[in-house]
Amino acid sequence: MLRTALRNVLAHKARLMMTALAVLLGVAFVSGTLVFGDTTANAFRNASTQSLKGVAVAVQAGESAGDEAPVSPGAGTAAGKDGGRPSALDAALAQKIRALPGVDSVRPTVNGQATLAGKDGRPVNADSSWQNLATNYLPGKDGKDSRFPLKEGRAPAAEGELALDATTAEKAGYRVGDTVRFATDGPALTKKLVGIVTTDDPRVTAGGTLTLFDTTTAQKLFLAPGRFDAIAVAAKPGADERALTAQVQSLLPAKGARATSGADLAAEQSRQIAENTTRLTKALLGFAGIALFVGVFIIVNTFTMLIAQRSREIALLRAVGASRRQVVRSVLIEAALVGLGASAAGFALGLGIATALHPLLSTGGAELPDGPLVVSPTAPLASLAVGVAVTVLAAWLPSRRAAKIAPVAVLSSAGLAPPARSLKVRTVLGTLLTGLGVAVMLYVSTLRTSKETNLMTAMLGGALTLCGMIVLAPLLSRPLITLAGKVTARFGVSGKLAKENALRNPRRTAATSSALMIGLTLITGLAVGGYSTQRALDEEATQGLAADYKVSNSAYRGLETAAADDIAELPGVAAAAPVASANFDAQGVFATITGTDPKTFGRAADLTFQAGSLRDVGPGRIAVSDQFARQAGLHVGDTIDADMHTGGGTPNTKNNKNNKKKLTVVAVYAKTRAAYDALGAVADVLPSAETHKLDNVLVKAEPGKAAGLEQKIRQALGNSPLLKVQTREQLIKAGSGSMTTVLNMLYGLLAMAVVIAVLGVVNTLAMSVFERTREIGMLRAIGLDRSGIRQMVRLESVVISLFGALLGIGTGTFLAWAAGSLTTASMPLYETVLPWAKLGLFLALALLIGVLAAIWPARRAARLNMLRAIQAH
Amino acid sequence: MPQAASTTAVPQAPAPAGAAAYATGLSKIYGAGETRVVALDSVSVEFGRGRFTAIMGPSGSGKSTLMHCMAGLDTISAGSARIGDTELSRLGDRQLTRLRRDKIGFIFQAFNLLPTLNAIENITLPMDIAGRTPDQDWLDLVVGTVGLAERLRHRPSQLSGGQQQRVAVARALASRPEIIFADEPTGNLDSRSGAEVLGFLRDSVRELGQTIVMVTHDPVAAAYADRVVFLADGRLIDELPAPTAEDVLDRMRRFETTGRTC
Repeated sequence: MLRTALRNVLAHKARLMMTALAVLLGVAFVSGTLVFGDTTANAFRNASTQSLKGVAVAVQAGESAGDEAPVSPGAGTAAGKDGGRPSALDAALAQKIRALPGVDSVRPTVNGQATLAGKDGRPVNADSSWQNLATNYLPGKDGKDSRFPLKEGRAPAAEGELALDATTAEKAGYRVGDTVRFATDGPALTKKLVGIVTTDDPRVTAGGTLTLFDTTTAQKLFLAPGRFDAIAVAAKPGADERALTAQVQSLLPAKGARATSGADLAAEQSRQIAENTTRLTKALLGFAGIALFVGVFIIVNTFTMLIAQRSREIALLRAVGASRRQVVRSVLIEAALVGLGASAAGFALGLGIATALHPLLSTGGAELPDGPLVVSPTAPLASLAVGVAVTVLAAWLPSRRAAKIAPVAVLSSAGLAPPARSLKVRTVLGTLLTGLGVAVMLYVSTLRTSKETNLMTAMLGGALTLCGMIVLAPLLSRPLITLAGKVTARFGVSGKLAKENALRNPRRTAATSSALMIGLTLITGLAVGGYSTQRALDEEATQGLAADYKVSNSAYRGLETAAADDIAELPGVAAAAPVASANFDAQGVFATITGTDPKTFGRAADLTFQAGSLRDVGPGRIAVSDQFARQAGLHVGDTIDADMHTGGGTPNTKNNKNNKKKLTVVAVYAKTRAAYDALGAVADVLPSAETHKLDNVLVKAEPGKAAGLEQKIRQALGNSPLLKVQTREQLIKAGSGSMTTVLNMLYGLLAMAVVIAVLGVVNTLAMSVFERTREIGMLRAIGLDRSGIRQMVRLESVVISLFGALLGIGTGTFLAWAAGSLTTASMPLYETVLPWAKLGLFLALALLIGVLAAIWPARRAARLNMLRAIQAH
Repeated sequence: MPQAASTTAVPQAPAPAGAAAYATGLSKIYGAGETRVVALDSVSVEFGRGRFTAIMGPSGSGKSTLMHCMAGLDTISAGSARIGDTELSRLGDRQLTRLRRDKIGFIFQAFNLLPTLNAIENITLPMDIAGRTPDQDWLDLVVGTVGLAERLRHRPSQLSGGQQQRVAVARALASRPEIIFADEPTGNLDSRSGAEVLGFLRDSVRELGQTIVMVTHDPVAAAYADRVVFLADGRLIDELPAPTAEDVLDRMRRFETTGRTC
């Protein structure tokens, strides 16, 4: 039987090609993902091993053993000036640790962030300022810091000096000797670039920057003199790491610092790495699974057609004594051979995909370190197993039909057309599944939050609906394709025959279209959901905003209170409204108050007042939103005792309700994003604001003067690289911009499923052309020319593609609408909006797919040798 | 315009004598070198207008090749083949297709019909391809003649083999071609159905003035024709006017024995 199977594979190379290609692509996706996962995990692990090399104990400030809460100001440690962070670690402590027996050396570090202005004045990577590392250059015994090998110049040694890593220097355009402008939290600072180092810190390789200062300067910038963020302890050879960790811990103050052994730290890091890469790999495997699932339809179709075409051969085998089981086995072996060959090729392609995924995902914003391609033994094994299993399982259904072929069929002369099986079971099952799915989705559409159980319910409903549609597709094909036939009939007899051909075997047509439907359901769902979300975000970004510019700090460190006045003095500025925010509790309701200047705020924001007006707002007098008024039962004239939450970087606000304030409600406005629950004077809000600074300044330009104001604002505020000046358009982009990248990536991943579906259309058409050889010969004989034959195949292809696309777009839209309600809680402005242009594009794409998929089969059909075709049997 | 000719002025009575199609020195050679096969060796023959001609010969005699060449289904190696005034050897694929569509009717041994179309759709298919509206009176006459009026909405799978061949005959007749080529039209039928179909073919020649050329190896079938031409080894070797089955059988036997001795 193996030989028969092998011969069959070889004899039907062309007909199995599309099937093999489908499996190949699916497996390539799987193996690409697996290899990519291994490679990324390895690169992360290397990076972490590198950074932990020689660290026996790591002491970190900010967390004390057993207490996860960060230290609050004044908790026994020196609070730095200039708002510097406090730290429990100081030089004396470092000395004490250094003196412990078994300790070889200690490396106390200061860690912060510094964002550079490039030589051209433009900020470098300011929107991801958390990636812009700054730390102290710490010379070891040899006078060099082993973490940062010097490439050029010398190490920073004085207050006016700094060093950069090579990539950063190149990106910013600085050379040794240049004066570098940068900012750590607010204002711009300058220092002289004295050295260039190299680093392999993953955050830097992923697009961040690295700035080095001498220890004293770093302490001044980020902490306080003599303070450190962390102390890395290197042990003498033979020292017990755990014992050492305990000893170090005993030297630490009870609160505000924690010692971890290097081994624990490494274990924790690799656990996190594994978790992160597994999450990414799982998501990608999900898409690979979709691609493979689509491939299943092609495999089923191919083997069904092959067995129908081969029924006489199979009958002959049965007549000469092969058992049913042997027939089934031969089909399955054939499938396994195809699966194996295709999977092997797919794995090879997967290696290419894995290599390509890295830069692709890196541009998508994921932080991935560089590293060599890693192929674990499980990757090829899993890929081959998946490929073979999917092919064999998909061929199993058709193989059972092969077993049903009676030996006597060898004698029947025509007997090729299998009797049309009833669609009754399908109808019942499909209606049941679809009905259930739709019911679940209708229930989902009444839900309002996107908590896990709701998401699971939505996914279940979506899967049920989609499966139901797949089962129902043959039934739906008749009315829909008949309708399409009205259009194709315009193409004359070719169009009429195309319609009839598409209708002829509803299962085959449906299986072919279903493959396309799955891809388009997902893509449409994504498009509708994405578009609606984008619209909601856009609207949110500018709701109630009348300003032309929003000025803020890109590291969220706030703006000086004087900033609003500085901007207001610029020519061309009509109004500059300061905005600060703070949280408070009143009448048991948690609320956020926006503090501003009532005189200018009206120009920068659109507020609709239901009672009172903005003019009434002032120190001690606030306006509240209608929603907050309802929740807290407030009316104009009421006075509230607001528990102002203390700012200053402490989320643990419950302990700090010592800041009661009496506020009188003087106005009520319709809730809008521009002002939160309440609106008051900036002086009332600032003391309780998170940074004790302004969140932003809203700038309204004089009519016609908005253009070019950005540079003037930057200059007026000292042009710190952390200064962020956004126009309305940029605000909108910031709201939904990052989504476009993610959406495009998802489209790309789903495109694979569509590509495989296209192979399915090609496959079905090619095999149908083969089956209809005699018909085509007869049509040619009685006068249909080659172009007519081509047109016939092409139109059938287009009809099948459009049918699949229509079902997919319909199902996808429904699912997106139903699941859209889950965003209500987190995105109140969300509303399902159909991206008509995009949906139209999808339909046009399906049309194009139909035309393209038909090219090869249509050519074959038109080129058939007429005489041989007529005489073929 | 062939269209105008076929829809307006086709005679109802037998046409005046003359050739509807003829071949002069027609040769067909397959392959080259060692695999060279001469299927037709300088055949000259004419098929009379309004006549029913049978082409007979043992298998491999070239009778099917002759039909394929005369019907524009296959190319000609040498010599000439004409349908009416049209020289086939000069036509390209597109023109041959058009010629078949407009001037020739076909009846094959099997698989004449598209399974997706019903009987009447199959009958009008050549005219659909040409984009012509069928002449309803003529269509009724043809359908009535082959006795299918009751089954026009049936699909081929719902018809018996004989009925399917009658649909094929009707299709060939419906567009009023200048000539109909039939390739073993009764090869797949039982003798009763076969006789029916042959009867229709003969009637269409006698009553409707149709020209028919039929390839067959069955002497009984050949006996329905007005004239039989015999082919052997790619050459025209004999012909028999107004044949009977016995005459044909007798002639065939003679060829086989002479064929064997030389």
